[in-house]
Amino acid sequence: MDLVLINLIDGLVTGLLLFMLSAGLTLIFSMMGVLNFAHASFYMLGAYFAYQISTYLGFWMGLLIAPLLVGVLGALVERYGLRRVHQYGHVPELIFTFGLALLIEEAVQFVWGRDRVPYEIPEVLEFTAFTVSGFAIPAYKVFMLFISVAIFILLLWFLTRTRVGLVIQAALSYPRTVEALGHNVPLVFMGVFGVGTALAGVAGVIAGPVLSTFPGMAFVLGSIVFVTIVIGGLGSLSGALVASLLIGWLTTFAKSYNVRAEDLLNAIGISTPENLDESLWRDLWTITSPQIADILPYILMVLILVFRPHGLFGKRDA
Amino acid sequence: MTDATHNTARSASITFGQFLPWLVSALFLLVMPLIFPSNAALTIMNQMAITIVFALAYNMLLGQGGMLSFGHAVYMGMGGFMAMHIMNWIEFHELPIPLPVLPLLAGLFALGLAMIIGSFSTRKAGTVFAMISLGVGELIAACSVIIVAFFGGEEGVSGDRTYGLPFFGIEFIRQIEVYYLTAAWLMISAVLMYLWSRTPLGRMANAVRDNPERAEFLGYSARWVRFYSFCASGFFAGIAGGLFAINYEIVTEENLNLAQSGMILLVTFLGGAGFFFGPIIGAILFTLLQTVLSLQTEIWQLYLGILFVATVMYFPGGLAGLLMMHTIPLRLGKLHLLFVPYLKMLGPALLCVAGFVGVFEIVFHIRNAAPGDTEMTLFWITFDSHDVLPLAVSIIAALAGFWLARRVVPELSAAWTAANTPDTERLI
Repeated sequence: MDLVLINLIDGLVTGLLLFMLSAGLTLIFSMMGVLNFAHASFYMLGAYFAYQISTYLGFWMGLLIAPLLVGVLGALVERYGLRRVHQYGHVPELIFTFGLALLIEEAVQFVWGRDRVPYEIPEVLEFTAFTVSGFAIPAYKVFMLFISVAIFILLLWFLTRTRVGLVIQAALSYPRTVEALGHNVPLVFMGVFGVGTALAGVAGVIAGPVLSTFPGMAFVLGSIVFVTIVIGGLGSLSGALVASLLIGWLTTFAKSYNVRAEDLLNAIGISTPENLDESLWRDLWTITSPQIADILPYILMVLILVFRPHGLFGKRDA
Repeated sequence: MTDATHNTARSASITFGQFLPWLVSALFLLVMPLIFPSNAALTIMNQMAITIVFALAYNMLLGQGGMLSFGHAVYMGMGGFMAMHIMNWIEFHELPIPLPVLPLLAGLFALGLAMIIGSFSTRKAGTVFAMISLGVGELIAACSVIIVAFFGGEEGVSGDRTYGLPFFGIEFIRQIEVYYLTAAWLMISAVLMYLWSRTPLGRMANAVRDNPERAEFLGYSARWVRFYSFCASGFFAGIAGGLFAINYEIVTEENLNLAQSGMILLVTFLGGAGFFFGPIIGAILFTLLQTVLSLQTEIWQLYLGILFVATVMYFPGGLAGLLMMHTIPLRLGKLHLLFVPYLKMLGPALLCVAGFVGVFEIVFHIRNAAPGDTEMTLFWITFDSHDVLPLAVSIIAALAGFWLARRVVPELSAAWTAANTPDTERLI
């Protein structure tokens, strides 16, 4: 039972981290119809910027400045890159962001090298917050949780309670009408892109010390983020939240409970073949859940796409 | 409309003019090993041929069908794995299968996989298709570590190609024999893919790419058109995989992961997705860059990334598109007008590129060279990388080149407009 609690917390942290990325990605997608392939690269940039700043000014300034830098960079990319490619159509846009992801990874390797950089948890947060029957919960995890929830509430408030948020929401569905009403929609686009990438930057800043900061970190998380928003339903913010948490918990639980495929298959009445080592299906029998934890999201995505192409909460056909 | 009917009428009967490029390429493929007989050259040419087949297959999706796939290496990789397994079965069970048939079997296996995946992934084009292709690609790439029986785990599957039934006495021990086998399959696949693009189905793929709604109103199911294109593309990607297996005698997870899929997207787009021969140019150029540039510099992938992003932003037609832009001036007989502005542009552009390369290389050397090693050679000049002078020269060269290039732009664009405008007198 205690293990369940620990896993719930761990999964929540992972899920909310995912949500910080998928929220920005979903906002950008529903507004411009472009899936920002480089989104996770901005997350990586957030971590690297924060690392660089933290070597001079300490962790907290990094937390403050790095997301801003990433956001500005994102806005510039939208203004001078994406807007230019937009005229060619959606597929070149997607290819552009893909190229950008490649370029950012190479640039990061060029500037910071191929190995991981020593970006560590600040000393203030290096203690155990509380223990659940012998399992220590580090304070940094609680801090991550706190930041993610704060950002989630802030985003919700911003989108539903402020004037700018309402303009954004209107621009999501009827950009032309909003433009006719005198709002500068391209500026809104740029702003949303900037904010979305800044959110990814925040995620990078706080995830960098625990998930380690290395040039492959964008690649590791990138495709999971896409999977998340596809499962949640493209363009649905609440769907992104549910899917993020679902994936967070799914992978955490699969990793900590060692469920063997053999037991499962036996339980549903299929007996283990005699000469397992020679069977073509031998790998199927020896699979354990920690082994497939990382590919569970992909399996889930394929299943969702086959049976419910709109995603969990998607209104429009993806 | 009249143009389209005219085109189909013309393609119905094969003229010598249409046949000529194929004849030339076939001769070219035959003669190449005589010009470059070394084993290293043969290896590079084999690599090129495989990449060409794969890129052409990929372009059936991207260029002709408008479907952007982030996981197409899966079909090549799976074809390769199957070819490897068949090769091993031939060895152990002494099956009477000649080696040249192997790519076909690999292609058929990939076709089967493409039919399964395509049944749900081709429902929509655009972003959704791209997402599904990415997800499936990641899924299969991740499976390759888990399902050891088929994928062989980390070390992959390897075998020996020489156990096949001798094909007219050839046992494919020498590299040159493998080259001709690969070249033959390249010709066959390229011709088939070209012919495919000329069939009504190939034409419908273009229609569905440009306007799926209208195609549906004409009574065609956009989904099925996409499905057939997808399957055909998977088949040819599988052939490429089979060729890869024959050439390298080992297939690993690296052949079907996301990096490989990204590579083929890059190749196809750099070459130009809009034209049939675009991917061929892309594949040749990329393989050359890969082999030549990677020997010269460690950060060649950075240059490649910059080149790719610049291509997407400024030349969405790729290299082939850039070349084909010159057909109008050529037809008008005004290509000579562009000659001088191009030459004027070339100098500053080269200076600018060289300057930037200098900056990158020097910075990279300062940061990554062994401590104490301050000597580096760039553009045949050896200097101390920690010195300020080379860096300053590079920065000045880059900026000056950029500035000079900007100054030539008005002249170039004026010449371009002039070269593309027909003489009014001649029209009257």
